[in-house]
Amino acid sequence: MTALPPYAELLGLTVEQGDGAPILLMPFGDRVLGRPGFLHGGAIGGLLEMAAIVALRHALADDGVAIKPMNLSIDYMRGGRELTTRAQGVVRRLGKRIANVETSAWQDDREAPIATSRHIFLLKR
Amino acid sequence: MTSTAFDPRIFYARARHGHGGALGIEYRDHGVDWAELALPYDPAQIGDVASGVIASGPVLTLMDQATSLAVWLKRGVFQPQATLDLRIDYLRAATPGKTVVGRGECYRLTRSIGFVRGLAHDGDPLDPLAHVAGTFMAIAP
Repeated sequence: MTALPPYAELLGLTVEQGDGAPILLMPFGDRVLGRPGFLHGGAIGGLLEMAAIVALRHALADDGVAIKPMNLSIDYMRGGRELTTRAQGVVRRLGKRIANVETSAWQDDREAPIATSRHIFLLKR
Repeated sequence: MTSTAFDPRIFYARARHGHGGALGIEYRDHGVDWAELALPYDPAQIGDVASGVIASGPVLTLMDQATSLAVWLKRGVFQPQATLDLRIDYLRAATPGKTVVGRGECYRLTRSIGFVRGLAHDGDPLDPLAHVAGTFMAIAP
């Protein structure tokens, strides 16, 4: 798998192996804080996007393919509290030029996500 | 600049911490229902090492904050709020080395919901790099 970019380091992300795509972990800290006591929606979005890219790289298994994020839509469902957040993506369709990826971010309960997202990526093979 | 009860300049002077502070997001300008923020280029935010293009996450944070400020400006007061959803279209890659400017607008406000949209560019507002749409919900302080 491709190494995580500098932005992932800024978020403090680490990788954990899961069923399917690797799971990303984001520790709580001031650098991802939004309003007092809660994660910033932008940091959650950044984590989701990294999880989507990691899932796509995992599915492609070919570092020669260039990935361009085209758009994403995030639903924020619960406030992110002062806990480690995990995120994992699922590739719903892998075409020649387009990939559709869905992701979910959760804290203590995987079945109660704090946010989910849908992404469309443009692929250049 | 228009003066309202909510002043993002004072808000930003205090808000040097948190995720926005970590990304170096700065105040630029505002009006009665819009706010403009800047995200200076920082190699620590690179998402694609080969090209030096920053990740889309920092642009998302910039637009989340600019649109959030727009709601407070339109409301005239600061009220804690939660992002319900945010949709972003990446129209083109940000140019490495250039500051990204994000302008958020609250185009409709109800008692509980702020409907927002915005554009990000890196020097020419007529050549935007991202477009966003979203909603915020006011929560009890």
